[in-house]
Amino acid sequence: MQNEVIFAGFGGQGVLSCGKILAHAAMEKGLEVVWTPSYGPEMRGGTAYCMVIVSDKLIGSPVTRNPHNLVAMNRPSLEKYAPMVKPGGIILINSSIISIGSGRDDVDELMIPVVDIAQNAGSARAANIVALSAFVARSKIIDFDLLRESVKEEFAKKEKLIPINMKAMDEGKKAAEN
Amino acid sequence: MGKVLMKGNEAIGEAAIRAGCLNYFAYPITPQSEIAEYLSRRMPEVGGMFLQGESEVAVSYMIFGATACGSRAFTTSSSPGISLMSEGISYMAAAQCPAVIVNIMRGGPGLGGILPAQADYFQATKGGGHGDYRLIVLAPASIQEAVEMVMTAFPLAEKYRNPVMILGDGMIGQMMEPVEFPDHLKTEPLNNDKWATSGMDTRKSDKNNIIKTLFLESKPLEDLNIFLKAKFDRIRREEVRYESYNTDSDYKTLIVSYGTMSRVCRTVVDNLKEEGIEVGMIRPRTLFPFPGKAIRQAAEKDTCKNVLSVEMSMGQMVEDVQLCVQGKRPVRWYGRCGGDIPTPEEIIDVIKSL
Repeated sequence: MQNEVIFAGFGGQGVLSCGKILAHAAMEKGLEVVWTPSYGPEMRGGTAYCMVIVSDKLIGSPVTRNPHNLVAMNRPSLEKYAPMVKPGGIILINSSIISIGSGRDDVDELMIPVVDIAQNAGSARAANIVALSAFVARSKIIDFDLLRESVKEEFAKKEKLIPINMKAMDEGKKAAEN
Repeated sequence: MGKVLMKGNEAIGEAAIRAGCLNYFAYPITPQSEIAEYLSRRMPEVGGMFLQGESEVAVSYMIFGATACGSRAFTTSSSPGISLMSEGISYMAAAQCPAVIVNIMRGGPGLGGILPAQADYFQATKGGGHGDYRLIVLAPASIQEAVEMVMTAFPLAEKYRNPVMILGDGMIGQMMEPVEFPDHLKTEPLNNDKWATSGMDTRKSDKNNIIKTLFLESKPLEDLNIFLKAKFDRIRREEVRYESYNTDSDYKTLIVSYGTMSRVCRTVVDNLKEEGIEVGMIRPRTLFPFPGKAIRQAAEKDTCKNVLSVEMSMGQMVEDVQLCVQGKRPVRWYGRCGGDIPTPEEIIDVIKSL
């Protein structure tokens, strides 16, 4: 079973890290995984994007026309990628700064104010972790506990940030389950 | 050591170190600059050396010098940079210096773009520089394979005293996958006392080793070319590597594709199989020597009606496919340029329309 997710937003919102943490967790579980960034002209325009493919089999194509899921951290990303998402997939929208929906009625749409939640958890900079946690909790793409270990590892060199991020994870999970 | 999640570029840099190469010369260019960035930090940690040349032309002569002295040395670049190095590469082929060169291809011609491409196939396999020479060209389709190809490139270059090129594309450089660095691929350089200008003291020799590429008399130059041709013919016989995929099925179409493009085609084969359509694939792992015999045999299968070369170029490898199929089946080409990697859906439409 193969699953693809696009993380997209402004540069600085941590979308590349989101993908990397998820890819790392999937690798630890022994799954096949590919993380692909955008590094072309669109990146130089200030937007960031990455796609993570997780599979229990060898992964062929690192590109796809229609990914299963989307985590959109800003409006341009939502407008660009939402139409591509496969029916039945998840579209997670950072409703703290995106005022519109995906316009799709054939997907599982999650409006989550990830920046506000992160602020309440202790730092707006943890918004990406809130989004990632909410996505993983909803999609069950990997075990949530595995993700927790991967987040801890990501912040291993900045240990004092771990408690805030753990709180952000719990709040993100809660938001997705409500 | 278990698997680590690494970007292709960083994994390529680490693989060279693990292979026992501690001399790296380069000039930065997207989409492979992370190799230089990574090695600028890593090389000093392991007692190695990274020198950023003033240009790719200079870099090509730095690895010429280092390998002529009997050291393992390598460089990395991307398409326009490889064009600049082509003079030095021709010299190294003539002087039989075992350099390893990585080309993480971007779109051309000219300055082109920075997105993935496979448009340097001709340059890599047919020369690039002047004169009658060949590079051994390895084409990885995953980061693990890139690591293993880099690690085996050094002994391969030394075995034949010939430059080896790893031909990847921007996607191989930029994506991350789990990789491991197999310890058994670490090798010691071959003894090169017979030819390298490594110093009379260390060689304990009574004869000078001279490395040159200028032969003004006709006979010595022709002799060199005859010698090189015999070497390239031996490489053609002994070093062909490829992967067959779904070729035991009753396929109607045979795909030939390499590198990142072949991974997309693997998905095409799998997805069409689910629809009840069989497609076979030959994936060259060496582009020189080209697996022509394997492709011809696969194309000659009774059920096979046509052959499709899928490349991120306007049709380069297709010429080699046509040569080896020898008109026995129609050979078609499909490709894209500019950096958009064709999606499986796109190629499936092409196959259905054949």
